[in-house]
Amino acid sequence: MFKLIKYLKGYIKESIIGPLFKFLEACFELIVPLVMASIIDIGIANNDTSFILKRGAFMVLLGFLGLVCSLTAQYFAAKAALGFGTALRNEMFSHIHSLSYSDIDKIGTSTLITRITSDINHAESGVNLILRLFLRSPFIVIGAFVMAFYLHAKLTLIFLAVTLLISAVIYVIMTKSIPLYKGIQSKLDTVSLITRENLTGVRVIRAFSRQKDEIERFEDTTCELTKNQIRVGNISASLNPLTYAILNLGIVAVLRFGGIAVDIGDITQGELIALINYMSQILLALIALANLIVTISRASASAIRINEVFSLKPSMTEKSVSDVKEASSDPDTPKVEFRNVSFSYNGTEASLSNVSFQARKGETVGIIGGTGSGKTTLVNLIPRFYDASEGEVLIDGKNVTEYPFSELRKKVSVVPQKAVLFRGTVRENMKWGKRDATDEEIYKALEIAQAKDFVNDLQGGLDAMIMQGGKNLSGGQRQRLTIARALTVQPEILILDDSASALDFATDARLRRALSTRTKGMTVFIVSQRASAIKNADKILVLDNGKPVGIGRHEELLRSCPVYREICLSQLSEDEVSKA
Amino acid sequence: MKKDNDKVLKRILKYTKPYGHLLLFALLFTIASVSMTLYAPVLVGKGVDLIVSEGNVDFEGLYPLLIRLGIVIALASLSRWLAERCTNKVSHNTARDIRIQAFKRLHILPLKYIDSGRHGDFLSRVITDVNQVSDGLLMGFSQLFNGIITIIGTIVFMLSMDFRITVIVVLVTPLSLFVANFVAKNTYHMFKLRSETMGELTSLVEEMTGNLKTVKAFGYEKEAQKRFEEINSRLRKHGLRAVFFSSITNPCTRFVNGVVYTSVGIAGALLAIKGAISVGQLSAFLNYANQYTKPFNEISGVIAELQSAFASAKRVFDIIDEEPQTPDPEDAVCLDRPDGSVVIKDVSFSYRPDIKLIENLNLTVKPGQRIAIVGPTGSGKTTVINLLMRFYDVDKGEIIVSGYPVKKIKRDSLRSAYGMVLQDTWLKTGTVRENIAYGKPDATDEEIENAAKAARADSFIRRLPKGYDTLVSDNDKISEGEKQLLSIARVMLTSPPMLILDEATSSVDTRTEINIQKAFDKMMEGRTSFVVAHRLSTIREADCILVMNKGKIVEQGTHEELLKKEGFYANLYYSQFDI
Repeated sequence: MFKLIKYLKGYIKESIIGPLFKFLEACFELIVPLVMASIIDIGIANNDTSFILKRGAFMVLLGFLGLVCSLTAQYFAAKAALGFGTALRNEMFSHIHSLSYSDIDKIGTSTLITRITSDINHAESGVNLILRLFLRSPFIVIGAFVMAFYLHAKLTLIFLAVTLLISAVIYVIMTKSIPLYKGIQSKLDTVSLITRENLTGVRVIRAFSRQKDEIERFEDTTCELTKNQIRVGNISASLNPLTYAILNLGIVAVLRFGGIAVDIGDITQGELIALINYMSQILLALIALANLIVTISRASASAIRINEVFSLKPSMTEKSVSDVKEASSDPDTPKVEFRNVSFSYNGTEASLSNVSFQARKGETVGIIGGTGSGKTTLVNLIPRFYDASEGEVLIDGKNVTEYPFSELRKKVSVVPQKAVLFRGTVRENMKWGKRDATDEEIYKALEIAQAKDFVNDLQGGLDAMIMQGGKNLSGGQRQRLTIARALTVQPEILILDDSASALDFATDARLRRALSTRTKGMTVFIVSQRASAIKNADKILVLDNGKPVGIGRHEELLRSCPVYREICLSQLSEDEVSKA
Repeated sequence: MKKDNDKVLKRILKYTKPYGHLLLFALLFTIASVSMTLYAPVLVGKGVDLIVSEGNVDFEGLYPLLIRLGIVIALASLSRWLAERCTNKVSHNTARDIRIQAFKRLHILPLKYIDSGRHGDFLSRVITDVNQVSDGLLMGFSQLFNGIITIIGTIVFMLSMDFRITVIVVLVTPLSLFVANFVAKNTYHMFKLRSETMGELTSLVEEMTGNLKTVKAFGYEKEAQKRFEEINSRLRKHGLRAVFFSSITNPCTRFVNGVVYTSVGIAGALLAIKGAISVGQLSAFLNYANQYTKPFNEISGVIAELQSAFASAKRVFDIIDEEPQTPDPEDAVCLDRPDGSVVIKDVSFSYRPDIKLIENLNLTVKPGQRIAIVGPTGSGKTTVINLLMRFYDVDKGEIIVSGYPVKKIKRDSLRSAYGMVLQDTWLKTGTVRENIAYGKPDATDEEIENAAKAARADSFIRRLPKGYDTLVSDNDKISEGEKQLLSIARVMLTSPPMLILDEATSSVDTRTEINIQKAFDKMMEGRTSFVVAHRLSTIREADCILVMNKGKIVEQGTHEELLKKEGFYANLYYSQFDI
């Protein structure tokens, strides 16, 4: 929890003013009984009506001052806490977005989502309560202690014992419940995972009529969650009664030993009543504290989860713009070059081994191979989504790790396998590639991607709304839009990672023709399963189980590479193969 | 707003009904604990009276009194503890029931709702909002009960001492209720606004963080951050208002309490001068005035919490109230042995009334036929499948399967007659084995492995770290193609009478595909199948090829017939040799 304090930075003033005014309010409140005592001792004893009225007015004034102080405190506390939450949320969001692909693979996105929403909410209300109420209780406890000591030093021992006992109880309950709250939070993760999974998989679930089982699975997890919640709740529920019992037994002790003290004349009856009053005051303060502890322990469990995210350091470092080396301007330098590149996701099994090739400016490179042969892995190394385990990946003769990310993203544009679109208009989605793209540029990209016609048919054209995930478009439409989005970047290198799989042959062919004629100088990588999609490429790279087994043109490979030949024949008839 | 709240409250209370006995216990224990708590100060007062001055302490009377006090204290805390346990159980169980009901809704809502909804919003309702409800209930039950009983108890105790001062206390205190009510009324909307903004934020996080890789591929991080910060700052604004205004209740009621305390003090003192009451009674009154007003404080805090719980509950109830799909009619049939015939008669359908999609579609499929559906993207191929599976209902016309109109067939029965493999693969979190057995949970290991072998998935599964027991989760390295193989194995295992393959092998390499194709061919023998594909090699063998364009069937026939026609299909076919 304390690690997060730095997010209160911009709110130092508020975080001091809040508790300070709370303290003032507590002081005003402590004076009230004294005034009342003077009413009884002086006003009633002397039958002085005007004294009673004056003191009464004074008490109302104290109350009013207390109100003002308290409102001020609430306002500043709320301001500080919400500022804290907002800063924390912003920071976490940006931290998450600084993580690399392999980091994301490791944690998974669904837990990140609960952490940035529900966990930060808990932390936020925790801070609010600490600022508002947490500090007030110690003020009052200490104040009451001082007064008791002033009245009778020995009886203060009872106070000490009571306070220590109660603190012990609070401590035990806190240490018991914090880990449980953490467990609840992770159960909540599971509940949210199941819900999400059911939302995305609704078709498959219905197709297999597994609704009942999914509901059962959800019920089981929810019941476990509830069980845990009740368990923690029961532990917390013992807090109030225990503190109440300890404190009142303290009062019994005060009566017992106070009785003896009065008997031998150490204190008076009035002072005994005062002692009991202070004991009650401590009780009230500690109960308020105990009630807060539920919220605080939940907040600190959440804080731990938040810190876990922050402790995840991005595993990829970015070169700052200043120490970037000049790229080679020699026209003979290959645009993209792989030098003995190997890669493995987990450090053991190589997904890619010893790949070397060059691609020149304006060339089209086809990459083909079976499922799991490492095609996607290979192209993911070019925009540096992952870092090569061995060897070098160069763009314009310079290692990709030497580029700042922003420059790399401008040079290289990727259309991934999974066509992801975002809620918003078509135009907004297109502008992902280039923030200031004009309609003209967008239309050009749409035209090349063979998407202009259907976009024009949509109601609103570029202003047509796309639902989350592009649900209101067909698979092929989504793919073409993602291709167009990549084209608006006007990249030097375009990577199509099996991104035309949902297109029919005619559209696919038109797309490739447009790409080769209308994007002069762009180096294009086409990853595909279809031999027809890549057979006209300037260079074809054939991968098998992560190893390059052939590089060359279609005709050469047909002759020299058995894997390639086999792929081609599996898709096209003998006649069709030779037709090319 | 008031009416709204009442309605929400009534509904929440309905959910607590099954736990009525626990609530009753909670009430009884609370009554016990409050009366003990109120009785304790009386005993303390009596104790003080026995300790008068030096040499004048009645130890004989004091000790039994202290023992009695000890017992009262023990009983008070015990019953308080039991009461809290009861309310704890009630509130968490109630929240659980609401959560499960909302989730169940998800499975009977029409797909239209789920396709158009924001998943993040739905999530935040099922997770965050339900939590808010349980927090609210917990506070509501424990503190509201306690508070109300304390108020009643104190009035009784005060009345037994002096009528006039009691009247003053009772008259002034409602002020604090008035303040609390005023605040609550104004904060309801603020909390609602806050919940909505939170939902918006969750939606964005869901979309951006869920697709983090795409975000990074386009260097969109800054933009996403900007959007996030914009919503976040709105959240702060709404949150600040909601939190601050709800938190002023407490100081305001405390101020009113101060006024009550002072009024009692002044009135009491004046009466004491006249000799109407003793100083001892006055101090007892002051004590009770405190006891009496404290619960008002708590109640106002509870009301603030309840406000936000109600706002959340309403959002959850909105889901529960969402119109479900028309239920299966009473006399709906179960397809026992579907013969595999499918007739589509004059069917029209569109997702949005303003954009027409499929119009007057007609098709007769004989049992065992293989139907290929081809056409440019967006021509309505996937929509046909949505209709066949009854994910969506037709707007006009009807679909007849095995002689029964689909509306007369139980949905589950209709759907299990088809085996479906979609382009968008979906696997659940679980082992590979569980995923393959998804359609037939009681399958033996041997059956599962045979299905995987038929789908050509066996070899890659064996290469996984734990083979068939490898956990599939949303962040691992099983490729799209491998996921497709798994979903094919899933269907292979159920061996349904009819098949629907929507681009089932689009991400699988063609050599593997040919092998799968053989397995499918074997499987499809005698089974009706619908195949959407782009690879013409897959399509060539079909008994009938439907060529779709703009929602209509433009051509229909076998591969050879259609090539001879030199129409749309021929064009499509030859285009693959272009360039």
